[in-house]
Amino acid sequence: MFPTVLFFVFAAVLVGAAFGVILARNPVHSALLLVLAFFNSAVIWLLLDAEFLAIVLVLVYVGAVMVLFLFVVMMLNVNVEELRKGIAGYWPVAVAVAGFVVFAMLNVIVVRHLGGITLHTAPPLPAAYSNTRTLGTALFTRYAYPAQVAAIILLVASVAAIVLTLRRRTGGKPQNIAQQVAVRARDRVRLVKMQGEKGP
Amino acid sequence: MITLTDVLALSGILFAIAVAGIFLNRKNIIVLLMCIELMLLAVNFNFIAFSRFLGDINGQIFVFFIMTVAAAEAAIGLAILVVLFRERRSINVEDLDTLKG
Repeated sequence: MFPTVLFFVFAAVLVGAAFGVILARNPVHSALLLVLAFFNSAVIWLLLDAEFLAIVLVLVYVGAVMVLFLFVVMMLNVNVEELRKGIAGYWPVAVAVAGFVVFAMLNVIVVRHLGGITLHTAPPLPAAYSNTRTLGTALFTRYAYPAQVAAIILLVASVAAIVLTLRRRTGGKPQNIAQQVAVRARDRVRLVKMQGEKGP
Repeated sequence: MITLTDVLALSGILFAIAVAGIFLNRKNIIVLLMCIELMLLAVNFNFIAFSRFLGDINGQIFVFFIMTVAAAEAAIGLAILVVLFRERRSINVEDLDTLKG
């Protein structure tokens, strides 16, 4: 019973935070509310016995992706008022489309009972069940090749992000290490023989 | 007990909110990217719920890969956004019409 109550509490906060994300005037508030939404999702995933993914959600999304979002939002100095101009006209479309999506999904899920799928109670987990171990076993055996593809995707993404945002300054005075190392003494120093002066 | 219906309904509502957000914040690319993250989160909810209720770990593997791709997408999207802002001094979608799409 208690997990069900927790589920509904966190689901309510999650939906509220999601509304905040799309309605907030300031993108910084949107980003922070999205962090709240991710935290609540992580708790709900914990309730659904997906511990590893819940922690990954907090670490990857809250720890990395949302920090990235916040950095960009704060770096760009966006003129919010100008961007919000003309939003009022889109209210009816947004409500209509979202209402239709909710109606269609709830029709399938609640009214039609998923077309006859009866999965009302989750199967009990074995006593020594470890979500991380199960996930790791599957990931590094059956999905070993896709895992490496995922790693390459991440590598490509990080390289692409760096290449895109790297700013090459012109007019700088960088050192040319190779040239410095290759310098010989005779290129720089000229020994001149001259007669010494005679003292008085 | 949490039922499958509850989780799927929550995921549907979350997805609908994200779709509404895309319509409402049509001009602000940053919020559009956040709405896409919300949509991916809603999809992940479905995968995790079915994984739990079917007793099949493969759904969670899929969530893992979706999160990988979403992180990559966010990184590249924000990098493009930063370059765009440097070029145009604006992130308004309506200013980005060079390709006349």
